[in-house]
Amino acid sequence: MRVHEYQAKQILKRFDVDVPRGDVAFSARQAGAEAARLGGKVVLKAQIHAGGRGKAGGVKVAADPGEAERLAMEILGKTLVTPQTGPQGRRVRRLLVEEALDVARELYLGLTLDRARGVPVVMACAQGGVEIEAVAARDPDALSIEPIDPLLGLRPFQARRIAYALGLEGDLVTRAVRLVTSLARVYQETDASLVEVNPLIVTAGRGSLVALDAKMSFDDNALFRHPEIRDLRDTDEEDPLEVEASAHSLNYIKLDGSVGCMVNGAGLAMATMDIIQHVGGSPANFLDVGGGARAEQVAAAFRILVSDANVRAVLINIFGGILRVDELAKGVVEAVRQVGAKVPLVVRLEGTNVEEGKRILLEARINVSVADGMLDAAKKVVALAGGR
Amino acid sequence: MSILVDKSSRVVVQGLTGREGSFHARQCREYGTRVVAGVTPGRGGTTHEEIPVFNTVREAVTREGADVSLIFVPPPAAADAILEAADSGIRLIVCITEGIPVSDMVRVAPAVARSGARLIGPNCPGVISPGKCKVGIMPGYIHKPGPVGVVSRSGTLTYEAVAQLTRRGIGQTTCIGIGGDPIIGTTFRDALGLFRDDPETRAIVMIGEIGGSTEEEAARYAKEALQVPIVAFVAGQTAPPGRRMGHAGAIISGGRGTAAEKMSALKEAGIHVLKSPAEIGEAVQRLLG
Repeated sequence: MRVHEYQAKQILKRFDVDVPRGDVAFSARQAGAEAARLGGKVVLKAQIHAGGRGKAGGVKVAADPGEAERLAMEILGKTLVTPQTGPQGRRVRRLLVEEALDVARELYLGLTLDRARGVPVVMACAQGGVEIEAVAARDPDALSIEPIDPLLGLRPFQARRIAYALGLEGDLVTRAVRLVTSLARVYQETDASLVEVNPLIVTAGRGSLVALDAKMSFDDNALFRHPEIRDLRDTDEEDPLEVEASAHSLNYIKLDGSVGCMVNGAGLAMATMDIIQHVGGSPANFLDVGGGARAEQVAAAFRILVSDANVRAVLINIFGGILRVDELAKGVVEAVRQVGAKVPLVVRLEGTNVEEGKRILLEARINVSVADGMLDAAKKVVALAGGR
Repeated sequence: MSILVDKSSRVVVQGLTGREGSFHARQCREYGTRVVAGVTPGRGGTTHEEIPVFNTVREAVTREGADVSLIFVPPPAAADAILEAADSGIRLIVCITEGIPVSDMVRVAPAVARSGARLIGPNCPGVISPGKCKVGIMPGYIHKPGPVGVVSRSGTLTYEAVAQLTRRGIGQTTCIGIGGDPIIGTTFRDALGLFRDDPETRAIVMIGEIGGSTEEEAARYAKEALQVPIVAFVAGQTAPPGRRMGHAGAIISGGRGTAAEKMSALKEAGIHVLKSPAEIGEAVQRLLG
């Protein structure tokens, strides 16, 4: 689960990480009031779950509260299109208003799971504020990495190594050690899957370390023990169809193609998307109905698939292992009767009671073709969707 | 021969009295597996599905000689269940539970490795040696004894591959679902090593998916150490970056872990890489001649 920048900063602050003074605003008036409270120059930052906001016009500097209110009016409600939002963009509903700081240096710190090592790692780079992937690809040595032992935590010597790798000196080393240690604690204690501070800045003048930007996401499987983090979910940032799917415990991801697919199991669902493309079509979605899909879940899944305007045909590919295929067939018939078959439907069933399942589908006299095997199913559905 | 489990395996089901545990314990027993005990704290001394229930895994081991554990314990307590099995002298732990927090597995996986036990999963369909023993949730009847080892990160896609083999009359030595999570006990490389030491395994089907780099690691190992021919498919060729495709492990992040990268690493190692998941049975048949 992702959270907004201002939410991430609130969490960091609780762990004694310095962040710019400021607060979230839901209206231009609030933004102006917050600017007045802060005094002086402020930065307005659009809060959406996507990077690249600056270039898209989502970050502005205001000299005084009046300008802050005017600029906030411009940004709020605007749809930002960045490389990470997709062409449809993302509407801005919240702004972060914070003090403008003078930057002496920009650094990078990131924490995430290193799957090869099997532990989380801290990644640090003296060049911050830029695309870190690009830096790492160009110059792998620019990135220094310290694994976090799950039992010992990040050790002080590791934090010192990072501080020196960042090119810090004197007082700043001590501050960096404290900051990096705090970030490791945030990561472990909140069950985060990503904590990224880019840039971490050294301020001009006093020379303190401040998290100028922050990105955090959390392990969905651990949210049960962090209700305060679960409450930060902002469903406005998610595709409405994906929100509806998650309410029915369906795993759905919308894509751009024209062939809707309903499959049981994540691996088989990905393989189904692959074979659709292999025969010249394009998948409209990933949808895993799970191993024990019930009739009402199948109906909900079907409703979600056909409410995507791009979908021109639907493929249901089910390998009923423990799940009985005849039960599933009943679910499909029920769903088609409820929702109506606006688009042609191809069904491929395999597994327990498959003959009975096929019979139920054929006798229901709904508009469905029954396919034999994945390849046959993919060819049929792609032809119906108007592909090759 | 088979790897990991056979007719002599004595299985304890942790979480036996739950809905999933009851159902699958029955299915395993009907397949011929010796399900000798169940563990549900607080239900010790009772029987469930005619299986004796104990409060602790240690009792199941000392009283019934259990050496394999099958875990259906819910996610918040599953990591502890794995540790209990490892601490009680279980040699093979198969964890079906889906949704265990990553940070739990980060701590538990190395502890299990230190104990000398082998963990399969979590978030996996389990292990089956057709005709001998089923320790998992896969449908038994699609399998058939024979010469092919199957190893996969996914559940139903494994069934698909197995069904393609069986339909062509090609049976399996052992099928292992290693699980779809980012931190798992037994990797592709480990499974390939086990199949290498099994004289009856004459071909291997490996089914990977996007995310992580265990397919690449397995490719390097196969090139160095394996004579047995391998057929591979990698699911997620059409998956967009940054989106998690169902399994917690199936995500392309920072441009790494793509299907294309994995497919080229596998090809490089002399493995037969398929573009279509419908060609698995056919490809193995060609290899076996």
